[in-house]
Amino acid sequence: MRKQKEKSGLGFIASSKTLFRSVREYKKASILSPLFVAMEVVLECLIPWIMSLLLEALNYLSGQLEQEKLSVIVQKILYLLDANGQPALINTILAFGLILIVCASLSLLCGFLSGKYCAIASSGFAKNLRKDMYYKIQDFSFSNIDKFSSSSLVTRMTTDVTNVEMSYMMIIRTAVRSPFMLIFSLVMSFLINSQMALIFLCTTPILAIGLILIMKKAIPFFNRIFKKYDKLNESVEENIKGMRVVKSYVREDYEKEKFAKASSNVKDDFTKAEKIVALNTPLMNFCAYGGLIAIYIFGSLLIIKSQQTLLKWTELQSFMSYSFQMLMSLMMLSMILVTILISTASIKRIAEVLNEKSALTSPENAVTEIKDGSVEFKDVCFKYSENAEFYALKDVNVKIESGQTIGIIGSTGSSKTSLVNLIPRLYDASKGQVLVGGLDVKDYDLTALRNSVAVVLQKNVLFSGTIRENMKWGDKNATDEEIMHALSLAQIDNFSLDKHIEQGGANVSGGQKQRLCIARALLKKPKILILDDSTSAVDTKTDALIRKSFREYIPETTKIIIAQRIASVQDADNILIMDNGKIIASGTHEQLLSSNEIYQELYYSQNSSQANYKQLTNNAKHKEGAQNG
Amino acid sequence: MARGMSMPRGGKHGMKGGPRQKAKKGTLPRLLKMLFSLNKGYLIATGICLLIASITGVANSIFLQHILTLINQGVQNGLDAVWANLVTLFIIMGVVYATCLICNFLQTRLMAVITQKFLHQVRTSVFDKMQSLPIKYFDTHLTGDIMSSYTNDTDALRQLVSQSIPSLFSSLISIITLLIIMFSKSLWLSLVIFLGVAFMTLVTKVIGGNSAKYFIKQQISLGEEEGFIQEMIQGQKVIKVFCHEEQAKLDFDKKNDKLCKDATSAHKFANVLMPIMGNIGNILYVLLAFVGALLIALNVPNVSFSGLEYDPTAFLIITISFLPISKQFTGNVSQSSQQINAIVMGLAGASRLFDIMDEQTEQDDGYVTLVRCNIDQDGTITETEERTGHWAWKHPHKADGTITYTELKGDIQMFDVDFGYVPEKIVLKNVTLYANPGQKIAFVGATGAGKTTITNLINRFYDIADGKIRYDGININKIKKADLRRSLGIVLQDTNLFTGTVMDNIRYGRLSATDEECIEAAKLAYAHDFIMRLPDGYNTMLTADGANLSQGQRQLLSIARAAVKDAPVMILDEATSSIDTRTEALVQKGTDRLMQGRTVFVIAHRLSTVQNSDVIMVLEQGNIIERGTHDELIEKKGKYYQLYTGAFELE
Repeated sequence: MRKQKEKSGLGFIASSKTLFRSVREYKKASILSPLFVAMEVVLECLIPWIMSLLLEALNYLSGQLEQEKLSVIVQKILYLLDANGQPALINTILAFGLILIVCASLSLLCGFLSGKYCAIASSGFAKNLRKDMYYKIQDFSFSNIDKFSSSSLVTRMTTDVTNVEMSYMMIIRTAVRSPFMLIFSLVMSFLINSQMALIFLCTTPILAIGLILIMKKAIPFFNRIFKKYDKLNESVEENIKGMRVVKSYVREDYEKEKFAKASSNVKDDFTKAEKIVALNTPLMNFCAYGGLIAIYIFGSLLIIKSQQTLLKWTELQSFMSYSFQMLMSLMMLSMILVTILISTASIKRIAEVLNEKSALTSPENAVTEIKDGSVEFKDVCFKYSENAEFYALKDVNVKIESGQTIGIIGSTGSSKTSLVNLIPRLYDASKGQVLVGGLDVKDYDLTALRNSVAVVLQKNVLFSGTIRENMKWGDKNATDEEIMHALSLAQIDNFSLDKHIEQGGANVSGGQKQRLCIARALLKKPKILILDDSTSAVDTKTDALIRKSFREYIPETTKIIIAQRIASVQDADNILIMDNGKIIASGTHEQLLSSNEIYQELYYSQNSSQANYKQLTNNAKHKEGAQNG
Repeated sequence: MARGMSMPRGGKHGMKGGPRQKAKKGTLPRLLKMLFSLNKGYLIATGICLLIASITGVANSIFLQHILTLINQGVQNGLDAVWANLVTLFIIMGVVYATCLICNFLQTRLMAVITQKFLHQVRTSVFDKMQSLPIKYFDTHLTGDIMSSYTNDTDALRQLVSQSIPSLFSSLISIITLLIIMFSKSLWLSLVIFLGVAFMTLVTKVIGGNSAKYFIKQQISLGEEEGFIQEMIQGQKVIKVFCHEEQAKLDFDKKNDKLCKDATSAHKFANVLMPIMGNIGNILYVLLAFVGALLIALNVPNVSFSGLEYDPTAFLIITISFLPISKQFTGNVSQSSQQINAIVMGLAGASRLFDIMDEQTEQDDGYVTLVRCNIDQDGTITETEERTGHWAWKHPHKADGTITYTELKGDIQMFDVDFGYVPEKIVLKNVTLYANPGQKIAFVGATGAGKTTITNLINRFYDIADGKIRYDGININKIKKADLRRSLGIVLQDTNLFTGTVMDNIRYGRLSATDEECIEAAKLAYAHDFIMRLPDGYNTMLTADGANLSQGQRQLLSIARAAVKDAPVMILDEATSSIDTRTEALVQKGTDRLMQGRTVFVIAHRLSTVQNSDVIMVLEQGNIIERGTHDELIEKKGKYYQLYTGAFELE
């Protein structure tokens, strides 16, 4: 299945196009950076040539070169400077020196500006990518999130964006610089002497072909190694997390052996790959030194035989400069290619997120008013993805009146959560209809619907910040009094609103976290309140008190309670028993206790506790009664 | 409970690359020593190759001067006059460069081998060391931080060993060689280069310093942003449920903009360093020609170690041959300047890796071992290699050299145990308990009451004073840790499964277990049914800690894993907390059958789990406040009664 996905996934070009849309306001910087780089290259390539002119002029002025052999341009410059004799020597030097210094300074300036714009463009691009992804994720429905999984989304927003940022930086600077340098150096050397420049037509292809061969051989190797290396690190992480298991089972030596084997495996592959890559330097040097010797041999012959008419010895050094520049730029080019190749996977992964369409959207002319808290399931079937074989819900029919309390009970995996998730339209039913307040949930505006349906999720999360900040998720404008009231309804009024909650609610106990989450949901003043196993860590007495406050303070709200404990649902108006995606029985506690086997079994596995509880609540009622009396 | 005392969690994710301390003193010598001890021959060979390659690499400046002189003579006197000399020179060049190439080739290949061998060595010694560290180490170090040693630090080390050190060595040799060549040619021109290099060093210091400053800032912002993203995306479903999207976008933008600002500054400085250095090199190149020309024009004699020169052509040649020298010299300087970051990071990484290698290993002075045995009818125990189903503690007595055998029964006693994970905070006070073989002992109490701590002491994850805990009458400090743990089957609170098949994971309990035994254990743990429903049954691959299983299923698997171990003492720490009560009852039936006649410690949140225990101990703040059977405790109407009736919250 995974393979299919990859095939149907976006191509590299299409993915890149998607990403480029995020450049936006950084287009200017993205264009300026390569522009300045190009200018820098031009200037840099001019320098060796001007240098050779200077040396030629010097050679002439010191009497070593006949005037007729001077190149046209030097003659013109000397004419301009009116320097045909010795006294003009200083002028010439000053003039050339000035030109050269100006060139170098301009080149520095261009390099500087290009570096600056490159930083602006790449950081900005990364920023926009993160922003676009984040905004997109905010529009995701639950099924979109499930499809990617949250940890994969985090990686895409962090590591993948960093990879793309790095390659973008290279593309708008180094990737422009290298080919430009290559071409311009070649052009310049042809201008000086086309015969000599032919040498480069030999050395550069050799290097290019060599590099391509090396890369072709090394890249698949590296891809494999990176995977192995990641696996190695994953297994280390697993080992660290499971250290207690390792030690409990005295598996230290076994783990050591396993790791040594895997590490040695990585080592062998890595060594092979690096040996291939290690050919880069000798190859580069082979071309460089070969080119150098060729320049010397042909150069000296040409100079001597032509008596400096075709090539002057002062021009030799510029050839050497160009030769090195060309080879260096080829080396850089191969490095850039590798970086970009590594980031192709990242590019695709980001594009996948950006191109994802939210599975759920509000309809046009959406209804924004929810009449009441009644819920009805009509022949509802549901599966999590189109390709899934099994239906999580099968032919569910149930009607819930507004204001009722409904209990849902069933073993792990019986799709209790799937059922309630359809009410606030966190997922869409695959078949059938879910009605809230008499209307299909698909007709409502999503925000309006979800504001009326509060779900306390099974894996509920508090966010780092004060309790007040967390509570305001339920109602932005809630006053301290309102928050305190909600907290007291959820039986958790012993906290200061300014208490800081750590990420994931790490500094409050499980029971406290659940009650805080309930309070947060209450602040929404919902028409329907869904508790998905939200009091499992709360003691039975507090649990009962929470349900009591529900009865007393939010009687009109429909309450749907999923629980493991019979005690949490036994006073509900209706209890649904779910098994394997179906509602197999429903009724009140008494009805089910007398007729349903599963319910009985559950009840008796927790029974004596319930009996005692009853006794206790009875006692409490008596006490209350006594006090009232 | 150990989990509760781990270092601050949360908000620190993604800080892996954040600012970190500098390398300790002595890291570099230790690193080099380690490298040498590993591959002396290879390393020396590499050094020699590198030396030759570096020296021959800069020979061009000498050749250039000679060739220009010869060409000049050739122009004046004809090709034949210089041909022989030219050919000789070309041959010398060819030989020198061929040598250089061979050395180059050998050096890079050798270096690849050395680096990988070294990294393998470092990885395995860190991993081996890690296996021997006490649990306390893992309590006080975040997984992410330890992981970072295997990833970031090892990568930094790789960069250091394979590139930075050779490159620095090579640059140093090149610079020295170039210096000698320069001074032998012209003092004036050498001074020009010196001036330029001094300037370059200054620039590196200023820009590099700023770059480092902003990089640290960027890393901090990046850490904050990543932490934020992680928190928000993991809570994305809550965001949806509360329609909190718009606010989440606003909060994100603030952090994202800040990161962008810091990243821009950091990259700006990093990006401009190279063009600035390169162009200073260019300016220097120009300046050199300029000064050379000026000197020629003014007829200033050249001063060098080889004497004074008045010939302008010769001086011009020298000037020209200085140009590539200047390029090479500045090239080497800027190359070294670029390595500085990598070196600092590599050394810091090495320092952290050495820290792990220097950690105190888990202490184990035990000498009592666990052996298979035969028990005769009269009760005498003889050691055997065969699988008899009987085990005994082999106890050598140092005083008289005798060896006694004690049958392994699973009798555990604790006397007045006091314990704290940190000295300031005592977790257990005066705990005394007796577990007779075959008894089921339950611990009940609030989080932090010390339930898990007791089991942590029994398996010696943590050590206490001598003689306080006895196992079959033997002081457990005298028992070898590995043998002690071999005798205990433990199902921990956090289920940890490993990458591999379901079968592999069950077999982790006993590597010699057959497939049938594993399946039998799975049936006992009531895991067989769901395993058969997995795509490939027992051969289904589990990845990422069994992410494709529900928490309840993972718990069933870890019970099966403990069942296959078949140990005389079993510790179940919240082993069924995520399993629904019906399934739990079925699992319990299985484990009860398995544990017939063996000692079991049960820790559970749900009281229904512990009801049928022989003894229930109620813990409160490290004290055992009540003990007895379920009925006795209900009768007593104390804390247990309150808990049971729901009048008191456990967490």
